[in-house]
Amino acid sequence: MTSKKSSGIDRRDMLKTLAGIPVLGALGIQIFRKTSYDDKHNIQQEIIRELGLEDLMSVIRPVRHREGDLIRVGIAGFGVRGEQLAKALGFMEKSSFNQTVGDGSLNAQIKDGNLHVAITGICDVFDLHAEKGMAAAAHDIHTGGTFASEHPVKRYRHYHEMISDPNIDAIIIATPDHHHAQMTIDAIQAGKHVYCEKSLIHREEEIYAAYDAVKNSELVFQQGHQYPQTAAFQVAKEILNRRWLGKVSHVETTTNRNSPHGAWIRHLDDNGNPRPGDAQSIDWKQWLGKAPEVPFSIRRYYSWARYFDYDTILFGQLFSHEYDAVNQLLNMGIPETVYSSGGQYTYTEFGDMPDVLHTTFEYPHKGLTLTYSANLTSSRARGRTIYGQDAAMTVGGALSVVPDGDSKLFADLLEKGLIEPGSPMMEMLQGSRSASAVDAVTTATSQYYATRGLTSTSIGGQDWDVTHLHLKEWLDCIRFGGTPSSDIEKSFDEGVVIAMADISYREKCRTRWNPDARRIERI
Amino acid sequence: MQTLTKDLRWQRGVLVALRFIIGWHFLYEGLHKLIHPEWSAMGFLANAQWIFSGMAEWIISNPGVLQVVDALNTWGLILIGLGLILGLFTRVASLAGCALLLLYYLFNPPFIGLELAGPVEGNYLMVNKTLIEAVTLLYIAVTPLSRYLGLDMLRPTYNA
Repeated sequence: MTSKKSSGIDRRDMLKTLAGIPVLGALGIQIFRKTSYDDKHNIQQEIIRELGLEDLMSVIRPVRHREGDLIRVGIAGFGVRGEQLAKALGFMEKSSFNQTVGDGSLNAQIKDGNLHVAITGICDVFDLHAEKGMAAAAHDIHTGGTFASEHPVKRYRHYHEMISDPNIDAIIIATPDHHHAQMTIDAIQAGKHVYCEKSLIHREEEIYAAYDAVKNSELVFQQGHQYPQTAAFQVAKEILNRRWLGKVSHVETTTNRNSPHGAWIRHLDDNGNPRPGDAQSIDWKQWLGKAPEVPFSIRRYYSWARYFDYDTILFGQLFSHEYDAVNQLLNMGIPETVYSSGGQYTYTEFGDMPDVLHTTFEYPHKGLTLTYSANLTSSRARGRTIYGQDAAMTVGGALSVVPDGDSKLFADLLEKGLIEPGSPMMEMLQGSRSASAVDAVTTATSQYYATRGLTSTSIGGQDWDVTHLHLKEWLDCIRFGGTPSSDIEKSFDEGVVIAMADISYREKCRTRWNPDARRIERI
Repeated sequence: MQTLTKDLRWQRGVLVALRFIIGWHFLYEGLHKLIHPEWSAMGFLANAQWIFSGMAEWIISNPGVLQVVDALNTWGLILIGLGLILGLFTRVASLAGCALLLLYYLFNPPFIGLELAGPVEGNYLMVNKTLIEAVTLLYIAVTPLSRYLGLDMLRPTYNA
């Protein structure tokens, strides 16, 4: 049945070739109907409208780096944290830089994160660490070392030499905790700005001395609590301002880890051999400082956080971050009383660190209780949660708000079925890149830090090292004025809270804050 | 045009119907992604298993590459869908559709020991709907009768 004519195919066959057009038309009509149906029945849109979520994310401050005078920084203590801080400043030993650059985690910092600082001083009692610090300081990530070579780094044997050097403007302290307060006081008195890792204090009296030293100076002090720099924190703060949670009576903070490393048992390498360092390469006397004299011990050197002599155990190590996060959100301040108890049930070999610890902080004047529950023998994650009568909010690197089934504020939305009790009505995930970066982290301990919002945050489509942003805030305040988020007032409250908990645990008593005498009492 | 037996006419009709409905499926998948620009293949790729999981990870970790993959996927689906419904370049569209589906299949194959993330409807062992649709497209590609009722009838090579 050939029907081709000289002028082409006939009309009937022409129509046959176009049979797909009605199919397309039918699909078009169906898509139109579906779109209009979805618009009318879009629960997500309705929730966004009802809760005013459109502008919630606009509270996230964009990251802007401003040019300013060069600041010359000296780092005291170049262990693991010292290395991380140098990286956050933009300095990395060349071979580790080459390894890191491939994973993309430094992209934002390399492209937009020049802090205009030079590391001109390194002080560490251990030769190996000091050498690592020197190598990092000599290689800046922005010019591949050219800039760093114009500002050569010097090693100091004692921190007093470093803080008295006029060629240094500011000091970063990343030593074990028992040195923090004294070094801060000495550095401030020598006229240097200070960024001090947590915890600022080891013993109660140091709080008052450090507070007075900083308050009596014009210098900028920032404590190493980087969490408020995250996007999740800023949104959480806004959610609290909007009073979504209702009355809050309980704030729960937790720690969950399950590895010897997570319990600060760190004196052995992966093969079970002692890690480097001995009485010859480590200035043990300086390391001990005011702590009781004991013979050199590789356990004490690497696993110092486990000892009362050098630390406020879990309180200074991890609770300090938990407290700072909820204090920055709720301005809780100092509790009236504290009680703490726990025990060493698994890691009984050495040190004083309990592997299960429970602490209650009572705030009757604020009508709430803060609890801290730490477990170093189970990594089953429990969040950092603020419980309100209308909703509970869990905040870390991510954020979620779960409505309460009995909420009055959300009764209408619950009634309509727009939100469900127990299911998040608002969730903020860690940035896309951060999420995949978490998959790539090597240890359970670093995974822990990521879930607490202590490693990276996504702002303006870029992933930022949270510590970089925190150091930036400190440097901005030095250059342009202003008060950093973890200033001495916050550190004072935190110091008191940590000391109250630490005394309670060590001395097996309750502690009470006397606001008039500004002293801790045992009860 | 040749005269066809009654059987062949039925076969031709069913083939064209298959072409239409698979085209519909492709076109709607593509348009849906176009209408919802927040869509990304990231979720799918994040759950990739077997031989392509490394490649999927690489795509996710490069925002630029992910964007290109998303655009290629969206427009690939739309063009294949249009080709199948209009019957234009039917063979190319069917083969491209088949290749795309096999790719989806291989990124997340229902093999023993590979756990699929998220809710799945039905139970599959080696064979799933994606594979069936892929082979159906292959059938359409190799069967000239499928080009009936399409713009391919205007092309000089049409002889079905």
